Amino acid sequence: MKVSLKWLEDYVNLSLPTRELAEKLTMAGSEVATIEVIGENWEGISIGQVTALEKHPDADRLLLATIDLGEESITVVTGAPNLEEGQKVPFARVGAQLIDGHTGELVKLKPAKIRGIRSEGMACSEKELGISDRHEGIMILPPEAPVGMPLFQYMGDTILDLSITPNRPDCLSVIGIAREAAALTIQATHIPDISYEEQGAPIEDLVSVEIADPDLCSRYCASLVTDVKIGPSPQWMQQRLLACGMRPISNIVDITNYVMLEYGQPLHAFDYQQVKGKKVIVRRGKDNESLFTLDGIERALNTDMLVIADETDPIALAGVMGGADSEVIDPTTSILLESANFYGGSIRRTSMRLNLRSEASSRFEKGISPELAPIALRRATQLLIELAGGKAAKGIVDVYPGRMTREPITLSRERIGRILGVEFDIERIREVLSSLGLSSELAGVSGNLSVAVPYWRTDINLADDLIEEIARIIGYDEIPTTMLHGEIPERLPAPLLSLRETVRDILVGCGMQEVITYSQTSQAMLDRIDPQHKLGPALRIANPMSLEQEYLRTSLRASLLACFAANERHKQEDIRLFEVGKVYLPRGNDLPEERETLAGILGGLRCDHSWLSEEDTLDFFDAKGVLETLFSRLRADASFKPVEDQNLAPGRTAEVIVDGQKVGVLGEVHPRTAALFDISSQPVILFEVDLEKLLSLAGAELRYQPIPRFPEIARDLALVVDADIAASKLQDIIRSFSLVSQVTLFDVYSGDKVPKGKKSLAFSVRYQSPQRTLTDEEVNRTQQEIIERLQRESGATLRS
Amino acid sequence: MIAKLDELRSRALGELDSIDTSSGLEAWRIRYLGRKSALTEVLRGLATLPLEEKRATGAAANELRTFLEKTLTLKEEAIRESEIARSIEQGQLDVTLPGRPSALGRLHPTTKLLRHICDIFMAMGFEVIEGPDVEWDYYNFEALNIPQDHPARDMWDTLWMDFETEDGRQPMLLRTHTSPMQIRVMESRRPPVRVIVPGKVYRYEATDATHEAMFYQIEGFAVDKNITLADLKGTLFEFAKRLFGEERKARFRCDYFPFVEPGVEMAIDCFLCNGAGCQLCSGSGWIEILGAGMVHPDVLRRVDYDPDVYTGFAFGLGLERMLMLKYGIDDIRLFYSNDLRFLRQF
Repeated sequence: MKVSLKWLEDYVNLSLPTRELAEKLTMAGSEVATIEVIGENWEGISIGQVTALEKHPDADRLLLATIDLGEESITVVTGAPNLEEGQKVPFARVGAQLIDGHTGELVKLKPAKIRGIRSEGMACSEKELGISDRHEGIMILPPEAPVGMPLFQYMGDTILDLSITPNRPDCLSVIGIAREAAALTIQATHIPDISYEEQGAPIEDLVSVEIADPDLCSRYCASLVTDVKIGPSPQWMQQRLLACGMRPISNIVDITNYVMLEYGQPLHAFDYQQVKGKKVIVRRGKDNESLFTLDGIERALNTDMLVIADETDPIALAGVMGGADSEVIDPTTSILLESANFYGGSIRRTSMRLNLRSEASSRFEKGISPELAPIALRRATQLLIELAGGKAAKGIVDVYPGRMTREPITLSRERIGRILGVEFDIERIREVLSSLGLSSELAGVSGNLSVAVPYWRTDINLADDLIEEIARIIGYDEIPTTMLHGEIPERLPAPLLSLRETVRDILVGCGMQEVITYSQTSQAMLDRIDPQHKLGPALRIANPMSLEQEYLRTSLRASLLACFAANERHKQEDIRLFEVGKVYLPRGNDLPEERETLAGILGGLRCDHSWLSEEDTLDFFDAKGVLETLFSRLRADASFKPVEDQNLAPGRTAEVIVDGQKVGVLGEVHPRTAALFDISSQPVILFEVDLEKLLSLAGAELRYQPIPRFPEIARDLALVVDADIAASKLQDIIRSFSLVSQVTLFDVYSGDKVPKGKKSLAFSVRYQSPQRTLTDEEVNRTQQEIIERLQRESGATLRS
Repeated sequence: MIAKLDELRSRALGELDSIDTSSGLEAWRIRYLGRKSALTEVLRGLATLPLEEKRATGAAANELRTFLEKTLTLKEEAIRESEIARSIEQGQLDVTLPGRPSALGRLHPTTKLLRHICDIFMAMGFEVIEGPDVEWDYYNFEALNIPQDHPARDMWDTLWMDFETEDGRQPMLLRTHTSPMQIRVMESRRPPVRVIVPGKVYRYEATDATHEAMFYQIEGFAVDKNITLADLKGTLFEFAKRLFGEERKARFRCDYFPFVEPGVEMAIDCFLCNGAGCQLCSGSGWIEILGAGMVHPDVLRRVDYDPDVYTGFAFGLGLERMLMLKYGIDDIRLFYSNDLRFLRQF
């Protein structure tokens, strides 16, 4: 909402500097986003009168204009087509700053010699003054403009651009802002007199109004003005409309807009002659009905929309936009002026359905007071008589089926203290309320107040609403600062959250970079990781901003693969990423299941280029090492088993098993999948862990184990087995012996030194007993048993 | 005999002078103090000597042995010192060479700040609870005093899920704020409650340098007997100081959110210009950081808390905005495009 300070001063005495006023309004809830000064650069520009116009002796198209500036007269060369003797114009002397009509930049006016004649100054167009884009001719000022007066004094202004919150439709008006300013500066407001002379026949004889759907229209007021003459509105009105961001159209339309800006009540002017049957019906639209709105578009109507109709057809979309057929244009002479109150919800639905948000609809949808309708109607009728030469019919139409009485609100000092944490003197409270037009009476002995709310404050319905009024006018700086002092509520355990944060820390410790990606994904992404649609469907967004974000992801894979590819394009050479986030699994008629999932991806150099190490690429076992660290830190006993996965390379993929249940998968990204994501690194390893499943399995109670008091004995064990025997099988057998405290695989070899189809595995085995020091013989005996069992169960032989 | 011992002493000392290695010294020790050394011979032969000579020679020989042993110890120390000095001399490193790289992992900056903020509130007795990203209209809007067709719905451009009920309503959405958790938590607990809710929120919004379709919010609320706006002010001002520094000033101004009354917006004085006015704070000297207010009595009533007995406050803040302010980041899209060149800076 843009507000002209000059206009504002019609209703309230602005005793404060603009910045301070803006600050007060902002603090009280109406944020002043910008302060714009019109005429900031108008130094050296004043009002002049054209006293003589002669032809330039050496140029047909140029004129010599003599301008009277009061103290002096200046003759300048001009090419303007619209100058006439006697006109008042804005005149810039040399040195003044003007906007160049072609470049739009501010330039200093220099003396010029045009076809031999010196010209020191110029008459200006609106564009040159920065008022509008009009540049066809010189701006002509009203005849009453005082010659010699600086232009800024005459028509300079300051415009506040305010952000009005949706609960304050009353502040979408200059008078509303004036009331705020008055309350904040302890002033009174002066609201205009709205009386006018009524002539001719009573309005009831000329038009009738019927509200067929009173649930959508609580009040409909109308006046009738005849003998109007359509033309431009006066300059002052145009200026104010422009200042508030509205385009002047004609005196009639400008008056309705002016009163809307002044009071916040949208109005509509119909051409009375076009209202068939001289009857206005406020009713729901009908299916199959349509209306050409003022913007020339045919709108299909339905029963959800409220229309203004005459005897036969709709003539306006109530509260949204008028119809083209009843538009007020020359030669209209009789105006039926509407000032009504429509139900906000319906107006909002209609305007959103038609994508037609107007100044009117944005006010109605916030719920303005029905009491405002006749007041704004009379103000606009008064201006129609005054500025369009009309005659008003006797009386107004006022159909008011939705009349409601508002009960006073009881406000107790105790409640104020309970909400604000501070007590205020009752007289101070009453003063604040009264400055806002809220009259209060002491009610009962308890110091309660009974507060009557003025009609324009539709947002105040509860005691707490009044408390906000008190706080914002007194200022929040007067509220003390205290700390919560009640008991600290009991906390419920949140094991999933702590597991998730622990997982993050462990992975960071393993050198992985955390990423956070969008929950939204595209069909294309879903297809890349599930080309044959083996997985269930993803949840779709009905109104996605783009196809890139049309679905909710069902796994983290696609985001991580895309993220990997993007960083590869940025020439990153070692990429280790992980994300802990939710996947969204549809659940029919319920909200989706949101599952916390961990996924990681790595590829590229194992470590940065260094003089100390060979260049080496990350591989499957780097990723597996990360997972092993993770599970060991979580005290979960994880094992890995070959598995197939559509995005991972066969033979290079394992499922992760904890307590016999699959909790995740680990593997090299399938070259086909990598290609789909334009990943060029080879290999790239991906892993995924279902944290919720892990949570239910992991985390056996931590118990202290005594530190072994007896020495351990180490033995190496080099075995030869068939190449397809899993190392974990041998390891598990060795570990199953009770004297074995630790088994470490330290060498894997296949090549010339072992038979074809075989491999050699070398383990370091540590023997230890918690009860005694082991003897060599005992260890040798156990090792022999191990070898025999390995041979029996896996065909392993000692490597000679 | 005595003369022989003197001669032995001067020979031993003479040889010792030229020794500069521990192996040379060991050879010297064996030569002069070993079991087969001349001195040991002398001591061993004492028994055969006449008493007078035995006494004199014995004393001189023992004195010589003690002397040589002491000299040996001193020499050993000298040689050790010089050997250390030599090895240091030879083993000097170019300490300016780069170290062996280790892989460095980092948390996402959002996670870091989220944890920091949660820590601040947890220290004030708040509990962290999370909620679903996909919500019902009821929790996201209706229960928060934002019914269908309410003009305040414009404050939250909404992404709706492709889900229709039999009567044609579309009640499933991506939550536009973390506030629905006010309702969910209060529905499941009785006061007192003191909770913060971090999480992702979503908006139907074209992305640009300051707008994202997905971002993080932290919601906080406390409901109990005797909670006031002054407590809200105390809690949030303390938070601002802990997050932005002890010297920061904070202020409340009136603002509107349908689920609180009174509603406020909190700003801190601009840390770039200290309130003088600059580009960061658009000349105002203040930077808005969050919205807050006293929980609306209708909201309390809806979860069956008696507003005449209980009062409470609620607040909500956007994470990315804080990060952008704190680190001078000028484009919100950097957060979730996960460019390592960005992430590695935190």
